[in-house]
Amino acid sequence: MDSVVGPCPLCVHSRSFVAEPPDHPSAPALELRGIDKRFGAVHANRAVALTVAAGSIHGLIGENGAGKSTLMNIVYGFHRPDAGEIRVRGRRVEIHSPQDAIRAGIGMVHQHFMLVENFTVLENIVLGVEGGRRLRAGLARARTELAALARDYGLEVPLDTVVSELPVGLQQRVEILKALHRGAEILILDEPTAVLTPQEADALFAMLGRLRAQGKSVILVTHKLREIMAATDRVTVMRQGAVVGEVATRASSPRELAGMMVGRAVLLEVDKAPAAPGAPLLDVRRLEVRDRFGVARVKDVSFALRAGEIVGVAGVAGNGQSELLEALAGIRAPSAGEIRLGGRDLVRERLGPRERRALGLAHVPEDRLRMGVVAAFSAEANAILGYHDRACYNRGVLMDRAAIAEDCGRKMAAFDVRPPDPRLRLGSFSGGNQQKLVLAREIDADPSVLLVGQPTRGVDIGAIEFIHRKLVALRDAGKALLVVSVELDEILGLADRILVMHAGEIVGELARADATEKTLGLMMAGVKGEGHA
Amino acid sequence: MSAPAKLPRWADYTLLPVAGLLAALLFSGLVVKLVGESPWAALRLFAAGAFGSQESIGYTLYYATSYVFTGLAVAVAYQAGLFNIGAEGQAYIGGLGSGLVCLGLGGWPFYVVLPLAVAAGAVFGAAWAFVPGWLQAKRGSHVVITTIMFNFVAAAAMTYLLVNVLIEPGQQSPETREFAAGATMPAMSALLAKVGIVFADTPLNLAFVLALAAAAGVWVFVWRTRWGFALRVAGGNPAAAVYAGIRPSRVTIGAMLLSGALAGCLGLNELMGAQHRILIDFPGGAGFVGIAVALMGRNHPLGIVLAAVLFGALTQGGSQLSFDMPKINRDMVVVIQGLVILFCGALDGAFRAPLARLLGRKGGGG
Repeated sequence: MDSVVGPCPLCVHSRSFVAEPPDHPSAPALELRGIDKRFGAVHANRAVALTVAAGSIHGLIGENGAGKSTLMNIVYGFHRPDAGEIRVRGRRVEIHSPQDAIRAGIGMVHQHFMLVENFTVLENIVLGVEGGRRLRAGLARARTELAALARDYGLEVPLDTVVSELPVGLQQRVEILKALHRGAEILILDEPTAVLTPQEADALFAMLGRLRAQGKSVILVTHKLREIMAATDRVTVMRQGAVVGEVATRASSPRELAGMMVGRAVLLEVDKAPAAPGAPLLDVRRLEVRDRFGVARVKDVSFALRAGEIVGVAGVAGNGQSELLEALAGIRAPSAGEIRLGGRDLVRERLGPRERRALGLAHVPEDRLRMGVVAAFSAEANAILGYHDRACYNRGVLMDRAAIAEDCGRKMAAFDVRPPDPRLRLGSFSGGNQQKLVLAREIDADPSVLLVGQPTRGVDIGAIEFIHRKLVALRDAGKALLVVSVELDEILGLADRILVMHAGEIVGELARADATEKTLGLMMAGVKGEGHA
Repeated sequence: MSAPAKLPRWADYTLLPVAGLLAALLFSGLVVKLVGESPWAALRLFAAGAFGSQESIGYTLYYATSYVFTGLAVAVAYQAGLFNIGAEGQAYIGGLGSGLVCLGLGGWPFYVVLPLAVAAGAVFGAAWAFVPGWLQAKRGSHVVITTIMFNFVAAAAMTYLLVNVLIEPGQQSPETREFAAGATMPAMSALLAKVGIVFADTPLNLAFVLALAAAAGVWVFVWRTRWGFALRVAGGNPAAAVYAGIRPSRVTIGAMLLSGALAGCLGLNELMGAQHRILIDFPGGAGFVGIAVALMGRNHPLGIVLAAVLFGALTQGGSQLSFDMPKINRDMVVVIQGLVILFCGALDGAFRAPLARLLGRKGGGG
């Protein structure tokens, strides 16, 4: 926004009457001063100051647990700060609830959409601001207002379509429209690209650019450096609850930002030698997996996994990767096809996860808290999950507690799990340390084939580096790895060969050398790759 | 970050139940006051009734024995993620098994009858729990619903059997003939007399020792064996159980079998130990008290033994109270029991946050 507009005459007159300066065009859109918040022993925000200029896109970046979400939840009224103040356009505001935040002109788009799936787009947008008892009149009024909004910002959405029928990119657009319809001048987007293809993400950033041009302010909360570099004007970095720096994006670099986030220099690329693939270990032929409604989630998928290679499976979340992984691990029964390992057909023999582990097939699940661990159990109990009936952990009828504790201590040491206390509840460990323990468990069993889903989801940068190195070391030891990840950077960094899934099918196969973010992105959107046999 | 307030483990097992108990006492006092009696006098009568003499202690522990069995039954199922409301019915049918052995093996020595009676009680109780377990595992019928239904079926079947089949010929009330001397549990007074300790003659019997052994056995099985590990994984995170290669359907059925077997041992105390015959409605709600006992005992055998003693005291002290204070009848005692369940089981979350704040403020260094 132009700053030629001087102080408005109203301010001069009213200065002696009001203690707080009223709205001021040149004041920052949002200003946080000394925000402090504790949850019991956790100091989530330490005297955080943040200034978002009007008409700008401001990045907020930090590792998991750095306090970004807490800060944004304070701004949006989910939490009350212990100390500090919030100013919107120079005026101090008290935000006790999301309603207060909306009244102050703050809108938030959550990572998990807050939409009523079986309502239409229009009904979702109007929900809560119907404007009177009569729904029909409110809907009609909203329709004309939304038409204007859509025209101004290029936010076309079919208003009468049921939300569940929209692709996620459009659902996100509905969330943004919802916020704008409620008069948001400051829009907070929490990890908005988690469910988008790179192209969809670029479209989102272009749209945020249009919002900026109209004078709106955007706060982009993310842990992806690429997005910060692509979309923001300035960026604030948080670490351990405090702001460690604020820089102009253009004057910074991903390496510098990563260093600020972690507090030390970070290796962003995975350091590895070219693969030397050997004999195929796992052979998947014409695999089909149906969900409980009978809908095919994995369609006619065939590939082989060779010793000494990492095969990456790229794709937008929800395109059959999870089902593929679970079918390979024996958690989900395929409806057709073969999975061959060590000369046996795992599908025909109906081998479960336990039998597959015995054959040397280990699995790090995508969502560790949902499936990979029991959060209420100790670390040592989790370190033997799936292997608990092996002879080395049992002495006759009773479990060998000393052996289990020693085993866990060894795994913790090998994978640098902190704190190295086998008795500690698993839920008390950070995400990165939980993941390291799960990896330690699966790698320690010395599998010939390792399936890994989202190897570094919810893991901080320092641990990402460590986990990637361990996976590459496993490959170099002659094992076969299948890595499913929605993070393209991760696929590009780790994989020797890349399969792209879209709508349950493998739409392309690329050698790492032939893959770029652009080609992968097109395939992820469903454009068939030429490399596919 | 909106997780429930965290208490240190020791406080979770000690302070929290005590706080609940105090609140229950306070409200019970109010209720007693409302009906026009002195709460203080009532409390003293109650305490004396539950623990004041050898007789009262004997009765308290006799009731506690039953509650240990049913409490363990509920807890084992709970550790596997199942809510077994059917301990009452399983106890009823299990008692039939034990009782039939006792009736059938009249002339046999006790050391032959006892293992067979235990086995029959466990098998009958397990069989009664198997059907709901199987339906849950294979058909997805909710175990809460089916076990409740099976309580009714058990009650109806037992009424039929006792009225039409098992009734002692020439008798008016629906009960069997008395067990032979070799088929009854030795009374605790008799056992203690053998080692030279004089103890009042009460229904407290050898089953009390068996109940404690069962509690120890459950602890070893659930917390120290790989099968117990699998059971707790299935209860703690069913998806992780599938991932680990543990078959949830097998755990469900196994846990229900074990749960039913434990409940089925109730007859050892009630029939072999006290009544010496099978009679109508002998579980008398012990299966339901078991739910409260398990809840209050945090589904851990040690907690269950302590909670069972508390509920045994409530039962015994309560009946003494209703005997001595005419304005407090049986139903009033049930109200007081209900308050204990409410504050110690259902409402323990209400004390969690304030206690955590209190401890947090004091123990900043810890």
